[in-house]
Amino acid sequence: MIQIESITKRYADGTTAVDDLSLEVPDGSITVLVGPSGCGKTTTLRMINRMIEPTSGRILLDGTDIHSQPVNQLRRSMGYVIQNAGLFQHRTIVDNIGTVPRMLGWDRARARKRSLELMERVGLDLSLAKRYPYQLSGGQQQRVGVARALAADPPVLLMDEPFSAVDPIVRKGLQAELLRIQAELGKTIVFVTHDIDEAIRLGNMIAVLRTGGKLAQFAPPDVLLSDPADAFVEDFLGTDRGVRRLSFFTSAGLELTRGPIVGVDAGAEQIAERAAGEAPFLLVTDNDGKPLGWVAAKDALGGGLRHLELLSHGRPFTFGDESLRDALDCAVLSPTGWAVAVDDSGRVVGVASQETIGNAIRAAHAGRPGAARVAKAAR
Amino acid sequence: MSLLHYINAFFSDGAHWHGYDGIPHRLAEHLQYSFTALGIAAAIGLPLGLITGHTGRGGNALALIATAARALPTLGLLVLMFIWLGIGETPVMIPLVALAVPPILVTTYEAVRTADPAPVDAARGMGMGPIAVLFQVELPMALPLILSGVRSATIQVVSTTAIAAYVSLGGLGRYIFDGLYQRNYEIVVGGAALIALLAVAMIGVFYLVERLVVSPGVRLRRR
Repeated sequence: MIQIESITKRYADGTTAVDDLSLEVPDGSITVLVGPSGCGKTTTLRMINRMIEPTSGRILLDGTDIHSQPVNQLRRSMGYVIQNAGLFQHRTIVDNIGTVPRMLGWDRARARKRSLELMERVGLDLSLAKRYPYQLSGGQQQRVGVARALAADPPVLLMDEPFSAVDPIVRKGLQAELLRIQAELGKTIVFVTHDIDEAIRLGNMIAVLRTGGKLAQFAPPDVLLSDPADAFVEDFLGTDRGVRRLSFFTSAGLELTRGPIVGVDAGAEQIAERAAGEAPFLLVTDNDGKPLGWVAAKDALGGGLRHLELLSHGRPFTFGDESLRDALDCAVLSPTGWAVAVDDSGRVVGVASQETIGNAIRAAHAGRPGAARVAKAAR
Repeated sequence: MSLLHYINAFFSDGAHWHGYDGIPHRLAEHLQYSFTALGIAAAIGLPLGLITGHTGRGGNALALIATAARALPTLGLLVLMFIWLGIGETPVMIPLVALAVPPILVTTYEAVRTADPAPVDAARGMGMGPIAVLFQVELPMALPLILSGVRSATIQVVSTTAIAAYVSLGGLGRYIFDGLYQRNYEIVVGGAALIALLAVAMIGVFYLVERLVVSPGVRLRRR
């Protein structure tokens, strides 16, 4: 655990970058420092590996002051990833990744083996091993940056806006990759970003800092969305935080129905039975159970579904894996207003109306701290 | 007689290819003076440039010294040193070193100072000490620019070493000064052509050196 105890960083010209900040970074999870420029988030991060020394206050790593060991020994125990990766242009990819292991005295063969292992872990093709950084795309370079930071298997990873220089699609891929790696490795990660969506996507805990280096709020992302501490945090979170918060609720609790589902080769009798149900539309599936499209119940009555023109079923959501936000999105985008739920292999497990999803959202809110606060206020 | 005739006559005369005043011996002398001067200049310019560039301090003082050194008239300095120190290699070395230090010093300083700060920050953050950062990160990245400084110093020194003959030493300048004195233009043109050829050859040498010592990751990236 990293304990930041009322650290302040004041520069000679009188500007205060970080002002009496205290934080506890829990082990094995991602803690995001987020805020506008000039909020001291990068300064805070760089004080953890002593790239910057605080004016006052102290930082403890597993209970001992970070000043109790030589600075380079401290830094070698913390992976460090920066914007634009900062790769060594004159070294090949394997040699870049092997930098810290070599500093720690590993022999060449062992460092190389470890580098290749890490290239696989961060999703880099091994054919890139002998290439130089300039031959890689920005996204690939950033993956090398992450691999290099992980090379000596440090318990702590410090990441300073690592994904902000790549385009949004690549960034999303890198974020997903980081979450996957973190699920495998369980590092203690401190991650700096100015992008609140990135913070919410990645963070187990989020520290929102305001200009002048003051902590505005320290909370898990769903609490941040439901209960912003003040107007600054609320403003920084942006609009539609209610909808965004739905990302934290699983779709597993949705009450799906199989009522309006018919196979494409269903007989007239079966269709008539289905059409009599609550839904004005029927979802036609192929013989494998995968969705083909919607058809108005009254048009389907004649049978012969194969020859009818179907309405698009839109994007289905994976039941249980995806969140209520995904389910709601599917329902909103569906031409019929009903969302299609599928299993991992893409077979339909049921459908849900917007109303059903609305009920699930209310139920989910009732079980969360934000909702409790609202209930108290009403009383 | 045209220039080409002079050159042809000079190089095809067998007498110019052996003996104390032969091309091999004069060339060896010329290279010896040049590389001694360059060696001294590099020993002064490289470490100073690396240190000032790495720390980012002393840049202004450095630019001032370099400008002053560039303003020194090489020939004037040579005569002055000759009068002061008498005959020998030292009065020749001083103006040549003064000529070679500024390009080496200034480009080395600039090369290290302007090296991409991100890899340096990453290296420090990974726990690399200052000496390792300088030699394993800054220097390899700055090498192409440093080499270009050493190359222009080399070309200047190789061309200017001809002045050694002015104060009774050897080298290829011997042909120019002796030829002028004897009004033997064949020798003058031949000597001048040799010096020019040598300067051009240095460009080739540096091309090979760069291929050899600069990492492909840095060399090819700049294209």
